[in-house]
Amino acid sequence: MSDVADKQQGAKSRKGTKDADGDRRLNMIEAINDALDIMLERDPDVIIMGEDVGYFGGVFRATAHLQEKHGKTRVFDTPISECGIIGVAVGMGAYGLRPVPEIQFADYIYPGLDQLISEAARLRYRSAAEYIAPLTVRSPFGGGIFGGQTHSQSPESIFTHVAGLKTVIPSTPHDAKGLLIAAIEDNDPVIFFEPKRIYNGPFSGYYDRPVQSWAKHADSVVPEGYYRIPLGKARTVREGTQMTVLAYGTMVHVAEAVAREKNIDAEILDLRTLVPLDIKAVEKSVEKTGKCMIVHEATRTSGFGAELSALVQERCFYHLEAPIERVTGFDTPYPHSLEWAYFPGPIRIGEAMDKLLEG
Amino acid sequence: MANAKAEKTAANANANPAEDDFSLRSLQEAHQDKPRFDASEEQMLDFYRQMLLIRRFEEKAGQLYGLGLIGGFCHLYIGQEAVAIGLQSALDNDRDSVITGYRDHGHMLAYGIDPKVIMAELTGRAAGISKGKGGSMHMFSTEHKFYGGHGIVGAQVALGGGLALAHQYNDDGGLCLAYFGDGAANQGQVYETMNMASLWNLPIVFVVENNQYAMGTAVNRSSAETEFYRRGTAFRIPGMDVNGMDVLEVRGAAEIAFDHVRQGGGPVLMECNTYRYRGHSMSDPAKYRTREEVQGYRDTKDPIEAIKKTLMEKGKSEDDLKAIDKDIRKIVAEAADFAENSPEPEAAELYTDVLVGEY
Ligand SMILES: Cc1ncc(C[n+]2csc(CCOP(=O)(O)OP(=O)(O)O)c2C)c(N)n1
Ligand SMILES: [Mg+2]
Repeated sequence: MSDVADKQQGAKSRKGTKDADGDRRLNMIEAINDALDIMLERDPDVIIMGEDVGYFGGVFRATAHLQEKHGKTRVFDTPISECGIIGVAVGMGAYGLRPVPEIQFADYIYPGLDQLISEAARLRYRSAAEYIAPLTVRSPFGGGIFGGQTHSQSPESIFTHVAGLKTVIPSTPHDAKGLLIAAIEDNDPVIFFEPKRIYNGPFSGYYDRPVQSWAKHADSVVPEGYYRIPLGKARTVREGTQMTVLAYGTMVHVAEAVAREKNIDAEILDLRTLVPLDIKAVEKSVEKTGKCMIVHEATRTSGFGAELSALVQERCFYHLEAPIERVTGFDTPYPHSLEWAYFPGPIRIGEAMDKLLEG
Repeated sequence: MANAKAEKTAANANANPAEDDFSLRSLQEAHQDKPRFDASEEQMLDFYRQMLLIRRFEEKAGQLYGLGLIGGFCHLYIGQEAVAIGLQSALDNDRDSVITGYRDHGHMLAYGIDPKVIMAELTGRAAGISKGKGGSMHMFSTEHKFYGGHGIVGAQVALGGGLALAHQYNDDGGLCLAYFGDGAANQGQVYETMNMASLWNLPIVFVVENNQYAMGTAVNRSSAETEFYRRGTAFRIPGMDVNGMDVLEVRGAAEIAFDHVRQGGGPVLMECNTYRYRGHSMSDPAKYRTREEVQGYRDTKDPIEAIKKTLMEKGKSEDDLKAIDKDIRKIVAEAADFAENSPEPEAAELYTDVLVGEY
């Protein structure tokens, strides 16, 4: 973005609030909106499309005001046609554009799976890199919002299983912006899952306590203008010695809250991107702590935790002092009632931590 | 099925464009010749009662949602009552099947299913018709051959094709009524199904409930052809354009369409033009349309007011009709009490019904 545009952006920035230190604080929606706004400004090939993203600004407001500002050729509504949306985005990408389609909920990405798996993920390989599909599919995912089986799923491992796709999951406003910019600039198809439960505030998993806002969280400080966080770099949420906890998305905050609450000296890694995975950071931490726990909301069988567990076992076996623990969603559809019995919350995480410490 | 296929092919073989054109429009012409069903006073009272039950039920559901007793997503049918009642009152409930999307409370109530078990499903209680496991969007009744309530936009249409194929295969004389929205009409699988239905001459009536909006998107912003009844033409499926705000017109159209299907004429595509008064779901700020537009429908096109007027012209007194309303309010209040006070499912229910048997 040019300096002039930068200044304009700063001057009329309606996003977020400035705190006492003059830092700009954004929630996750605002940070994502900011990233999209900046990329529309910087790169004329960036195009945003999806159900209700234009005129309405997105059901979660992630694309609010972008059509007003950048016009209908850059930000536009599509019919409810996920297969078509993703397929068209692949074609646009092959021709040199950089589409950022939104799939309204991750649960609605399945009609577009064929286009993602057979086309987006495979175009580079089968054309020997003559053509690529540099699209970024943004989609809110995960539970904790009483959404039942069609508004709560965590389907990330379906995508990590597909060679040729990248999968990114931010857990803070600061990361959401930097990772989204990196994803859009990336020349591969990226699935960008946004944990919707933490759009407006970090979630501790203690669902009966008052909701928190991002304003008091260190990582809601989001610098103005362009910056990127490279894909494939984990973030150390806190250092610790007693165990390594591998998490991403909402569960980063839940794991952190439990460790704090139970006074456990856990080292928590926010993976940030599942593919590419920062395996070096994982190894380094597990070698240090000798214990490893994996937390995700997704169902257990063939979940990403299974892959992580295998990798840790292969690479850190001689450092492990106890069996690896996995805390995950149950192998059932996401329920309509009993959400908190299903959600891998503080009780289950706490028990697993205790078990690891004893082990 | 083999026979039906052969007949269909034969019909195609000596296709004459003028005749085709006529047969594609013949149902619509029959409907235009006599748009309204000749209902007896008793039938009209029934329609009034049933539509009013839906209206009052939905108003109550809206209140319970506001009180936090219904979680997640809840889509009200207010304004569209004449569609479900007009169509379903013409079904042969011993033989015919129905399938719809997530805006399904009205279609359930149209069967005379106890409002208690429907409301208890909305509140996610064990006594709900899907044991609290489906919620507002996912309700079923094998007893009535009602195949649900489906949350994924458009998916139910293909299932409807399968139900119709099963009717044909079993030679049970039944037909399938498959509802979907104007937004759902843009999903590719809808057209895959239309093609198969016509190719195999299946007994199915596709019904587009065109309520003018798909969430925040008005039909003309998402659909190249907004006259949805024309969309079957490419598959040689006759279309009908029906005033969905008049229960007698809908019923009249249903008679014609069902008759055509039962005589082996193959699928019909019926568009019912209607309007939803409330937001898309409960969290809809409804900024995409004016208050005047909504009020205009309420004041001049309301389906319940319309039948009320006809009944009063026939000599019913205001008091007679008020007494009915009073009864209905009582039934709905009891349903709400029941839904509020019956217990949640046992936690063990999380693991039942995932696969057959123990899991
Ligand atoms: C495959 C899929 N994509 C998106 C959604 C989200 N969604 C739910 S309802 C809806 C609008 C559907 O509108 P329409 O078909 O007109 O039905 P109406 O709500 O008006 O009854 C959308 C986009 C979904 N449930 N499934
Ligand atoms: Mg609609």
